Amino acid sequence: MDNARREWALNAVLALALFAVPAWAWVANEPFIITLATRVAILAIAAVGLNIALGLGGLVSFGHALYLGIGGYVAGIAAQHAFNGTPVLGLPGTNQMLPIWAIAMLVSGAVAAVVGALSLRTSGIFFIMITLAFAQMGFFFALSWPAYGGEDGLPIFMRNHFPGLNTNRPWDLFVIAYGVLMVALVLFALLRAARFGAALMAIRQNPDRAAAIGISPFGIRLTAFILSGMLTGLAGAMMADLTRFVSPAMMAWTMSGELIVIIILGGVGRLFGPVAGAAILVGFEVFFGGLTEHWKLWLGLVLLAVVLFARGGLVGLVAGRARHG
Amino acid sequence: MTALLQLEDLNVFYGASQALDGVSLQVAEGQAVALMGRNGMGKTTTISTACRMLPLRKGRVVFAGQDISGWPSYRAARLGIGLVPEGRRCFPNLTVLENLVAAARPGYWDLQQVHRVFPRLHERAGQYAASLSGGEQQMLAIGRALMTNPRLLILDEATEGLAPVIRREIWAAIAQLRTDGLSILLVDKTLSEILPFADACVILDRGRVVWQGRPDGLTAEVQQAHLGV
Repeated sequence: MDNARREWALNAVLALALFAVPAWAWVANEPFIITLATRVAILAIAAVGLNIALGLGGLVSFGHALYLGIGGYVAGIAAQHAFNGTPVLGLPGTNQMLPIWAIAMLVSGAVAAVVGALSLRTSGIFFIMITLAFAQMGFFFALSWPAYGGEDGLPIFMRNHFPGLNTNRPWDLFVIAYGVLMVALVLFALLRAARFGAALMAIRQNPDRAAAIGISPFGIRLTAFILSGMLTGLAGAMMADLTRFVSPAMMAWTMSGELIVIIILGGVGRLFGPVAGAAILVGFEVFFGGLTEHWKLWLGLVLLAVVLFARGGLVGLVAGRARHG
Repeated sequence: MTALLQLEDLNVFYGASQALDGVSLQVAEGQAVALMGRNGMGKTTTISTACRMLPLRKGRVVFAGQDISGWPSYRAARLGIGLVPEGRRCFPNLTVLENLVAAARPGYWDLQQVHRVFPRLHERAGQYAASLSGGEQQMLAIGRALMTNPRLLILDEATEGLAPVIRREIWAAIAQLRTDGLSILLVDKTLSEILPFADACVILDRGRVVWQGRPDGLTAEVQQAHLGV
């Protein structure tokens, strides 16, 4: 019980800090810090998505960059067609975030359904390799698609709009990302507490035993995988708007790895694990990236230390043993 | 009486070795049937087959009038077969509450009803199943099966390795379920505990049914011949 209370305290600190730091930066007129916080929030949304599959379901998807990229390209393509006034697949383009998010989630979900239906027939290392293979297919497809920039990527000249806010102001964009992150976290918590979450965790521990109490392992896992892909796709659309640029690099396998690293650093299956992990990753990038070109070496050492000595990540370090260690 | 569960001529193999050789038995609606036999005679194999966890080479499993021989186990469970497996097999890294919620299907049995039968599961709701005592894990395994709202409860060695006082508590709970009208198929070795409430007994020996009948027919000769007591 004490651990549970500590975890809630840590969650509250993380949620407040992620809001307070950019709020201070807004007052102090430091837009770069606000943009960094926005990046943390968006990466955290993507990792909350992966945390559904990886944290609750034990499905180590090494291809979640695919959904990030799909979301990004949906935003980029919609914005380009809105900018040029040309239709795409018979529909007009749009520069509104809300419909773009909906489309990004639908397309990511549909792709995740296909990838999941095929890869969930395997497990372990084969599952990891098949999800990676699908992401690489997406990567090379984007690379060789000249209509939308190919390897040069696709710029978003005008950031897409959100009703009532000016997305060109860093603070407004941060508020959007923070709001979506909080909604994503609430959904994750509800999902975990519902029968669905318990069933997903039960399958992770013993699929045959779960089947014996009426849980369809394939059906529940596929649903989790689709939800996971949809949320990561949403984060991709937001990431594209933050950087105003989409490129195949968003689908690169290193990006998939980064999402897994975020979850491991923060705490696998923990509610605020993705937030803690994203903050650590971006923090490292900024502070050590300013000191040395080889900051990833130091990140690697931290990751090694976490895997060896603190398997619950930052949340586990503060609030006790990893539940799924 | 109509048969709720009907096993017909089950032939089950583990690789080349035959575990069940033409086992047939019935559990009628509202009946409690005891499946007995020495170790390794096919009791657990029979119920695993009934739950559709093992492939059939020959024979049929019929439940509630439907031939479920080709079904996956999760569909058999949804149709109303609730298994309390041997060795309890709770999900160790889920809390007691999560173990119960994972199994929940709509019906009479919900958290409140399970907590009424086993108040201790309510007290331990936030604890990991791995941290429970053997008896509490057994209660959790039964509670979890009840959460699926089964029409037939299958208990495999429900009180094996538990302290006498816990055994009595668990048998009392099972007896209450039986009185409430739940159909039960149970596997056990302790005659004195089974006999008071079994309507019928089936004895397996080397994968075959060698005796079946009412419990009062279990004479000393029958016990001597098939149970080795």
